[in-house]
Amino acid sequence: MLDILDKYDVLGAFWMTIKLTVFSAIGALVIGTILAVMRVAPVAILRRLGAFYVNTVRNTPLTLILVFCSLGLLYILQVNLTDPKSPTSIVDNNIRWAIVGLAAYHAAFVCEALRSGVNTVPLGQAEAARSIGLTFTQSLREVILPQAFRGSIAPLGSVLIALTKNTTVASIIGVAEASGLMKEIIENETASFGVFFIFALGFVILTLPVGILFTSLSRRLAVKR
Amino acid sequence: MSAQNVLFDAPGPKARRRHAIFTVIGFALAAVTLGLVVWKLQAQGQLEPSMWTVLFTADVWTQYLIPGLINTIKAAALSIVFALAFGLLFGMGRLSHNGPIRWVSGIVVEFFRSVPVLLMMYFFFQVFAFNNYFGTDYNSLAAVVLALTLYNGSVIAELVRSGVHGLPSGQSEAGLSIGLTPGQTLRAIQLPQALTAMLPALVGQLVVILKDSALGTAITYPELLQAAKDVGTAYGNVIPAYLLAALIFILINYGLTNVAGRVERRLSRRGRGPRKGAATAAVGTTVDGSLGGPLEDAAVGETPDPAR
Repeated sequence: MLDILDKYDVLGAFWMTIKLTVFSAIGALVIGTILAVMRVAPVAILRRLGAFYVNTVRNTPLTLILVFCSLGLLYILQVNLTDPKSPTSIVDNNIRWAIVGLAAYHAAFVCEALRSGVNTVPLGQAEAARSIGLTFTQSLREVILPQAFRGSIAPLGSVLIALTKNTTVASIIGVAEASGLMKEIIENETASFGVFFIFALGFVILTLPVGILFTSLSRRLAVKR
Repeated sequence: MSAQNVLFDAPGPKARRRHAIFTVIGFALAAVTLGLVVWKLQAQGQLEPSMWTVLFTADVWTQYLIPGLINTIKAAALSIVFALAFGLLFGMGRLSHNGPIRWVSGIVVEFFRSVPVLLMMYFFFQVFAFNNYFGTDYNSLAAVVLALTLYNGSVIAELVRSGVHGLPSGQSEAGLSIGLTPGQTLRAIQLPQALTAMLPALVGQLVVILKDSALGTAITYPELLQAAKDVGTAYGNVIPAYLLAALIFILINYGLTNVAGRVERRLSRRGRGPRKGAATAAVGTTVDGSLGGPLEDAAVGETPDPAR
């Protein structure tokens, strides 16, 4: 079995998985934070727009979003994210669209994680902050946001783990990441349990440290109430 | 919303003026986005009326969408039933007083929770198709159902475990003190209460399963997404077909989410939902909308896995 794996670039495929994860995680964090701000804003229309985005994206299958990015936006609407003349344009375009799709999808979950963090802060905290004379900005900066961030660490960790696993969906639009390579191997060689186990183990190795890190972080930084 | 109360005061005249400005900006943002989409569609000739009206003809539905939707629902229904059985079995295994049973259940649950569903689907499909276990028509369905069962069953096992842990300790103490064995206490006293409390999270899991069944398109299972792709190929209207499929998914899942929320409110009215405060710290109304489970000691990854 090891000689089979020698013929294929397994580490390269997992490197692509890691790249997809990191870039879309950054994107999801940025979009998700903007969405979260919109969803708690005192302006009704911003709240509605944020809620509309979250409800729409959260209830759509990720597969549909990625296929739509690749087939609909790239091939039909011709929205290129790379220079169309470069020789690797098709591959790069699919990778970039996969990152955009993954980021857009997980932004909805990041938004909900952040919002739930804000919701863990009891009203009394804000009242106490204002009653000792802090201004709005001060109370936000010194009292409320620190607690809100601590409250959202655990759900953010869950989102990051789910994102890592969800990068496999990018194989459907032809991105050469780990699950796509496994598919290729078991189609060309044999569907041995060993090959599956090695790739599964790769994902366990990728997600386990993240889980442990975020769990210990959320325990250590938990707000005592 | 409590977030508003925590973050903002009642607006004064200055703040109200500022809000008015943001309202205008918000509307402008929405209008610009919509305008860009329409302009882009128009520029690529995707706004031809015939591309959209064809979606309302009977053939599109009877030939493609309805069979696809039935296949999606079939896969989801089978998966939730099997996942429930799997989850109960391994959830009880994780609560067992027998060490080896507990460890084996723990390893199985943790393993299948951290392996991507699509990876399992590829593998099972290849195995089934190679040996032709279920016949050519059913190999892909079996692979979809097995992968969804293993993943979601493990999530449900976690729900069962944390549901039982979330019960007041007096419940198991009362069971033991009237002479029930630990196993009897678990089955007769703790599980029924835990299951009732986790009902909303279960319905929420159904949303996850329904969305994940769309992965079946990667292994040629003819579900709704595949049907939309076929419509797009047959009528040359890929974008309208996908948007329609998305709309169907959204409507069904939105409905299910509402059902889950309603069940949860009803349970908490009857005082049988997750205990107050149990869900605040880590999970609660986190990642999947209003589906706070009875997950008291939920750490990372012990939540009903959100983004899946």
